[in-house]
Amino acid sequence: MPNEALFDVIVVGGGHAGTEAAAAAARLGARVGLVSFDPALIGTMSCNPAIGGLGKGHLMREVDALDGWMARAADRAAIHYRMLNASKGAAVQGPRIQADRTLYRDAIQTLLAAETSITVVAGEAAALRLSDDGARVEGLELGDGSILLASAVVLATGTFLGGRLFRGEERMEGGRIGEAGAHRLADQLRVADLPMARLKTGTPPRLDGRTIDWARLEEQPSDMGDWTCSTWNRDRIIPQIFCAITRTNAETHAIIAANLDRSPLFTGAIGAAGPRYCPSIEDKIHRFADRDGHQVFLEPEGLDSPLVYPNGISTSLPADVQLAMLRTMEGLEQVEMTVPGYAVEYDHIDPRALDRTLQVRAIGGLYCAGQINGTTGYEEAAAQGLVAGANAALAVQGRESMILDRSESYIGVMVDDLVLQGVTEPYRMLTARAEYRLRLRADNAATRLTPKGIALGLVRRATAELFEARQASRESAAALLAEPVSTVDYLAIGLAVPADGVSRRRIDLLRFPGVTIATLKALAPGLEAIDGAILAELAEDAHYAPYIARQEAELRSLAANEAIGLDPALDYGAIGGLSREMVERLTRARPETLGQAARIDGVTPAALTAIMVHSRKRAA
Amino acid sequence: MPPAAIAVVRVSGPAAGVALKTLAGRLPEARRASLADLRDSAGTPLDRALLLWFPGPATATGEDLAEVHLHGGRAVVAAVETALGAIPGLRRAEAGEFTRRAFLNGRIDLAEAEGLADLLAAETESQRIQALGMASGHVSRAVAGWQDRLLTLMAGAEAELNFADEDDVEIGDAVMRRLREGMEGLGRALDEWLARPAAEVISEGLSVVIAGPPNAGKSTLINALAQRELAIVSPVAGTTRDVIETPLALDGIAMRFSDTAGIRDDAGDGVEAIGIDRAKAAIEAADILLWLGCPSDAPEHPRVIRIAAQADRWRGEAGSERVPDADAVARCDLALSAMTGEGMDALHRLIVEQARRMLPREGEAALRQRQRSALFEARQWLDIVPQSPEAEDLILLAERLRLAGMALDRITGRAGVEDMLDALFGRFCIGK
Repeated sequence: MPNEALFDVIVVGGGHAGTEAAAAAARLGARVGLVSFDPALIGTMSCNPAIGGLGKGHLMREVDALDGWMARAADRAAIHYRMLNASKGAAVQGPRIQADRTLYRDAIQTLLAAETSITVVAGEAAALRLSDDGARVEGLELGDGSILLASAVVLATGTFLGGRLFRGEERMEGGRIGEAGAHRLADQLRVADLPMARLKTGTPPRLDGRTIDWARLEEQPSDMGDWTCSTWNRDRIIPQIFCAITRTNAETHAIIAANLDRSPLFTGAIGAAGPRYCPSIEDKIHRFADRDGHQVFLEPEGLDSPLVYPNGISTSLPADVQLAMLRTMEGLEQVEMTVPGYAVEYDHIDPRALDRTLQVRAIGGLYCAGQINGTTGYEEAAAQGLVAGANAALAVQGRESMILDRSESYIGVMVDDLVLQGVTEPYRMLTARAEYRLRLRADNAATRLTPKGIALGLVRRATAELFEARQASRESAAALLAEPVSTVDYLAIGLAVPADGVSRRRIDLLRFPGVTIATLKALAPGLEAIDGAILAELAEDAHYAPYIARQEAELRSLAANEAIGLDPALDYGAIGGLSREMVERLTRARPETLGQAARIDGVTPAALTAIMVHSRKRAA
Repeated sequence: MPPAAIAVVRVSGPAAGVALKTLAGRLPEARRASLADLRDSAGTPLDRALLLWFPGPATATGEDLAEVHLHGGRAVVAAVETALGAIPGLRRAEAGEFTRRAFLNGRIDLAEAEGLADLLAAETESQRIQALGMASGHVSRAVAGWQDRLLTLMAGAEAELNFADEDDVEIGDAVMRRLREGMEGLGRALDEWLARPAAEVISEGLSVVIAGPPNAGKSTLINALAQRELAIVSPVAGTTRDVIETPLALDGIAMRFSDTAGIRDDAGDGVEAIGIDRAKAAIEAADILLWLGCPSDAPEHPRVIRIAAQADRWRGEAGSERVPDADAVARCDLALSAMTGEGMDALHRLIVEQARRMLPREGEAALRQRQRSALFEARQWLDIVPQSPEAEDLILLAERLRLAGMALDRITGRAGVEDMLDALFGRFCIGK
């Protein structure tokens, strides 16, 4: 390693955000330096051994549609597949897998090794190198004093920024158990006057599966389907295992309640906000005191690993209390912990300091992705990594940025939410956040986004070919399904010929009770050759067609506001009639369009009108 | 501008204080009336006037606000306006500008602004009550209540869609049933409002149409009601050829009375025929119909008052061809003579009685047409056909809740901001 190395893009951090950032920049042709404390740990799943879920599965598929790594690696490590919300419509279904931790990390490391334009640099990211006026990033200084030069740096440092671990009365510095934190960098960001705040998250104890009495527990097998995480994979390749379910009970709750005064969450040691959607077991007992039990999913961490992740009991109680609490549960009477759970409090940047490319507005070339932006979750991190990495590369190449819209992707929803609203708790994706969710399904991510990725050069040739084949297949299926239905056809599939005289296409028959894609195959044998996922996607499109058409009309009417640009230097304090709170929110978020301003919480129609009038007056 | 005892000149904006100081030489104590001699910048005395000073933002417009109560002579007002116009930064307000500023500064919301427009235009007691209700936020409060209920329903649906795999959320049919019941209940609440008459009925007045065959005494009746000669009255059938309209308030209720061409099959000429067509259209659109012909010929109408007119002519003239048969008189609601005044009080009572049924009851706010159509749309989204595919699909129920919410947002003004503002503020006149 020379004392000075030159890259196009430097990525700090080898977690889910960092690896996707490096990979996206590399796919766009950038020379990337990926800085990590310990390269052997790149691709580690630091919390639960699962990928996907409700809302999160959408993000995973969207990253995949843009040729990212997460879903591909997940398929190489998946030991348990489950489609969440399978009984509800595809718009809210969430593909979720449990991964063998080792296989997942191996898969990421394999992808990384094959990517020749990424150089892995072992070391501590000590400080940013900034231009004299501090307005641009020029590179990164490592702990050993060596310098990496680049005109774009992506920070994907997770919880390592000012990280502090809590377990009972114990305190440890660092972002993950057994690893150092990035404190000099945190200090520098504080000095650079970026708006910073603290959040907390937690993780449960890890159990030794050999001490669990599995026979007494309800099994949860992997589903029987053939879907895969990546649209580009066809088969499940790893042996499937089962999980098990146990429950907390009155005795568990009594132990927790008696020791709340030893939990840093309740002693006031941790002041930062944690995720409402993923509360610690202490929080659950405290807030839902009337409940007599909570489910705990026992998720094996790997095929060859005895470790088990008890999903649902994240905690920072002292280790002795954790063990006592565990042993009250059915099947866990003799359980041993390998690592006790803990809470981590960390710094994050107020994401309203970022623009839609996830670049820090005040420091050109500096991008942030993942937990540093106040989010939680692997998929949220990976999606931001992709946005930041791609835009960093595009900026270095002097190309137009990649902006994904709320109406076309969950990634767009997340970025828009982050840069406009900021966060008050760790941000987790939910389908409820996507107002156009009928259009944004996990099953049509490729149809929605891959063409854009191909146009940008973000999707590799091999994937693009898979997509083109998929599109050809999709189009021929769509054509078959658009054929008119004859009287003979109705009779052939056992339907009474409707008396309304309306001429219908084959796909319209799906509205008749009992008619499925399988029924239609009888009318159009050509459909037999089409992939089931493609047919399911077309059927869903048809099912929601009237509502989707309505949403499109709605989007057209909103487009006018999106087309009205706002000056990023607009002085909101000078606009009459905005409340102090609105001025504060607008000033922090600096919306780029009137449409964005309209989405900021608390901005009223009257305020919007005032902003529009004011900015027109200035323009005139 | 007619002369009046007092003329009020209002100044709003950052220079309002400067304006007051320039005219009166001092800034009076805030929110206290005081007397002062006004002079222009050259020191010429203008008037002795009452001053009011309201520093912003807690003012009607949300800005600094000054009021000068002048003597009402035109020359006085003109002189003060000229003096104000000479102060840098001051100009005449545009139509509706004070209300517009109040709206832009967040002092009132859209529904309140609409109510204020009506309040300023109110000429009758029922218009005033109605407008006051809207201006003081009755409608906005109702909408806020519905939005709260919608949010609760949405939260229930989203919990099921987003957290169904976690054990703290109840799942299944019970949730669906409760959601559908909640949507139904909210829908019924909206129905109650939709069943009320539109606010325009009050602000624009009820349409009362006088119709019947030629020479039935329609024009005589409208003249008697208006107490002036509106329509030409002649014994020649077909004298009235177009619809003649006059606004009248009966017991504080605004109405528009229309006299129409007599309806007969053999119109004298093309012009009369056009008049007859218009008469038929007016009957169709009437809120209340006064029918002066044979009661059995009266057109179908939900609120028709059948009148045996020209009673002065046939009373005591039994056997004359003018006398309607006793049966026909009995089938009428009243006998009337616009000439002698017979039956006029009874007619007045009958019309008011019918009108009251069309008006919102005391204490009920009514909605403007724009608000009604938004509410109607929200109502439609809440309307779930039992056992339809939608009723069983939580995602679609959630989408319908979202759409209903957007429709409600439009009542207090979310979408199409600019068009809506132009339409709204175009209704104001200068100085409001």
